[in-house]
Amino acid sequence: MNCYHCGEECQEEHLYYKDKNFCCNGCKTVFEILETNDLSYYYELEQAPGISPKTNKNRFAFLDDAEIAAKFLEFQDGDLSIVSFLIPSMHCSSCIWILENLKKLEPGIKSSQVDFPRKTIRLSFRNQSVSLREVVILLTRLGYEPNISLDDFEKKKEKVDRQLIYRLGVAGFAFGNIMFLSFPEYFELREFWLEQFKPVFRWLMFFFSLPVVFYAASDYFSSAYKGLRSKMLNIDIPIALGIIVLFVRSSTDILLNLGSGFFDSLSGLVFFLLLGKFFQQKTYRFLSFERDYKSYFPIAVTRLRSENGCFEEEQVQVYQIRKGDRIVIRNAELIPMDGLLLSEEALIDYSFVTGEAEPVSRKKGDHLFAGGRQQGGLIEIEATKEVKQSYLTQLWSHESFTKKTEKSFKTLTDQISRRFTLSVISIAILSGIFWLFYDSAQALNVITAVLIIACPCAIALAAPFTLGNLLRIFGKNRLYLKNASIIEKMAGIDTIIFDKTGTITATGKKQISYEGITLSEEELELLSSSLRASNHPLSRSLYALLKRHHIKVLEDFEEIPGKGILSRQGNNHMKIGSTSLLGQPSSTENFQKTQVHISNNEEYKGYFTFQNLYREGTAALFQQLSKNYEVILLSGDNQGEERRLKEMLPKNVQMHFNQKPGEKLEFVKRLQQQGKKVMMVGDGLNDAGALAASDVGIAISEDINVFSPACDGIMDARSYQQLGRFLKISQGGISIIQWSFLLSLAYNLVGLGFAISGNLMPVVAAILMPLSSISVVVFTTFLSNLISRKIKSV
Amino acid sequence: MNIIYLLLAISVIVALVFFAAFIISVKNGQYDDVYTPSVRMLFEDELVDQEKETHQQSTVNKVKSN
Repeated sequence: MNCYHCGEECQEEHLYYKDKNFCCNGCKTVFEILETNDLSYYYELEQAPGISPKTNKNRFAFLDDAEIAAKFLEFQDGDLSIVSFLIPSMHCSSCIWILENLKKLEPGIKSSQVDFPRKTIRLSFRNQSVSLREVVILLTRLGYEPNISLDDFEKKKEKVDRQLIYRLGVAGFAFGNIMFLSFPEYFELREFWLEQFKPVFRWLMFFFSLPVVFYAASDYFSSAYKGLRSKMLNIDIPIALGIIVLFVRSSTDILLNLGSGFFDSLSGLVFFLLLGKFFQQKTYRFLSFERDYKSYFPIAVTRLRSENGCFEEEQVQVYQIRKGDRIVIRNAELIPMDGLLLSEEALIDYSFVTGEAEPVSRKKGDHLFAGGRQQGGLIEIEATKEVKQSYLTQLWSHESFTKKTEKSFKTLTDQISRRFTLSVISIAILSGIFWLFYDSAQALNVITAVLIIACPCAIALAAPFTLGNLLRIFGKNRLYLKNASIIEKMAGIDTIIFDKTGTITATGKKQISYEGITLSEEELELLSSSLRASNHPLSRSLYALLKRHHIKVLEDFEEIPGKGILSRQGNNHMKIGSTSLLGQPSSTENFQKTQVHISNNEEYKGYFTFQNLYREGTAALFQQLSKNYEVILLSGDNQGEERRLKEMLPKNVQMHFNQKPGEKLEFVKRLQQQGKKVMMVGDGLNDAGALAASDVGIAISEDINVFSPACDGIMDARSYQQLGRFLKISQGGISIIQWSFLLSLAYNLVGLGFAISGNLMPVVAAILMPLSSISVVVFTTFLSNLISRKIKSV
Repeated sequence: MNIIYLLLAISVIVALVFFAAFIISVKNGQYDDVYTPSVRMLFEDELVDQEKETHQQSTVNKVKSN
């Protein structure tokens, strides 16, 4: 049975309302809101378009603070405010419709406009009738929770960069016009009146080419200049040289009335090159690849201010917290700074920092570290350090974590351009010298002709078009790479490191098995009733497994933190929890596994074992990868799962356990020092250092919008099994580029034949140059689509 | 045949007008989001319909109250 609103399968409790099924109260509420406001057209646009909302109103209390709110507002004047939010859960046309109709739900909202590719919404509202916080809560109630993080808070408004579009527009405009104007030249019509007007046409061409050379192509000149200054022969040097020579030669041609010049080739060349750049620039703007801890930290926390012995709650920005302040952390909130626990007990989930999946319990007076997440009730903390000095923050600002070592990675194009540039220049000089003796009048002509025709336009186009197209194909298959050069790096990988928790295990899913004496129906009832009362994560997942049982009101219930539960119903006294609670000896082997032991009336019954559920296809993936790559498993967890993993994975997979974040980073660096090209596949903050240090860092995420540390690529967990295929395709992409290099080299050789022999007519250049560019583009696009078929066919 | 100067001038001016239009449209952000408007376009009718309905209803109500 699936939810009418969000389409998720209805689990534990399901609601029935107006002949429709809902998986939770949130979904039902959204349906109600939409229905009472005549907005049920929402459901006609798509089937089950909604997102199940998780409302927690307290979270946005800080938006009532005028100072904080002002930082989010784009514009404020009198009654009118404008604000933009990133809404990651936006996913279909229904979302666009409802978000643009918000004014029907809240009359205080004047208008709202969605930018779907960027997943942003821009709202204008009257702040007399609705506050920023109310707007955010409305969005959250509908299931479109805006992404509000410390990172956004500090970020300055980025300016939209439209330079490339302008350049492309200029080059395209000039290209089209110049082509038109040179028609009479192409056909060499010896017609009287056309001959008469030739100078006019030529001068017009000259003027059209000026913005192309001085504006559209200016990037190539500056890049070539930078290359020369740092003594690197990059591909932009022959391109810039070609453009200059084309322009100078064409200008002198028309000045001295020698011919029509090559203005059409010149503008076409620049246009195609910019087109290639445009294609490669395709990024996923709604994804953030450069996140650090700030993206996950709350902007404000609740501070307790003592006034005449009474405590008062107030919302303050996290950076304003000083040593000694008392802070309140609610359920599922992140602890933003190191501190001492003032409440009796706390259950902290450190998976964010350490990768250890099980939450740990802490008692009054214990030290808590930033980055932990409180599970269960409200706790109070006394801050011992400011946010900026906390363990996590310092770990992050640690040199090796922040320094994204941009190793001088040489792309394939860079590698060949060096040799190419040298040979072009030497051919030009040699043929010039030859013609100087043979027919000195022609010498200069030949040198420029060689430089023009050898301009590596096609070579420069091969990589952007192949990689840009692959980037698009990967994106369709839910692997989002930061930029195109990552594909080249992927092709060169020889070692792959996997993190365990959250990467090869599915987050939040556990496999539970029972071993021992079979429990009677009565005992099962008592067990599930006791578990229901407990908030411990293990109790919750065990309860979910047993939920079919009758729930009774317990006569006695006690939960001992870190140990387990004591409960009584009639004559049955049940103990649920660790071996120490039950007075059982614990074997070392069992100690490493997560277990919940049960005894009834002091009689030991047995235990439930919690095992990680590995992602589907893990064994097959490792099998496939270990054939061609060195595969290593690097886990922050203990060895509890080692035996199971050894059975499941191929023998040559190395495993290392108990790795702290810093150790993972060192591990990657050690491999790199041995000359290995390392790919790291991880998920959490604990892998962040290793992800940043590795040659290619891929973050796996169940929800690509929500969680991903700084990395080179974000992979949707659903595409996890395809990793091997992605790697193969990237290698295929590299060979396509190599082939198209050969193709363009063939064109260049033919052209050089014309140029050296002194026969380069404008019409030959006009045909050969665009032809080589276009055929390379067609060739690479066709082949890269062909090889990526593999990805779909399996 | 000097008319060709005029023709050339006109064609260049027309081309420049289009080019200016392109620059202005980029500047106004028309190329920033090329997806949403295509979807939004499909909603418009529905919205108008609904407004009409409510409008009609309110007129019906008015008639009734009269």
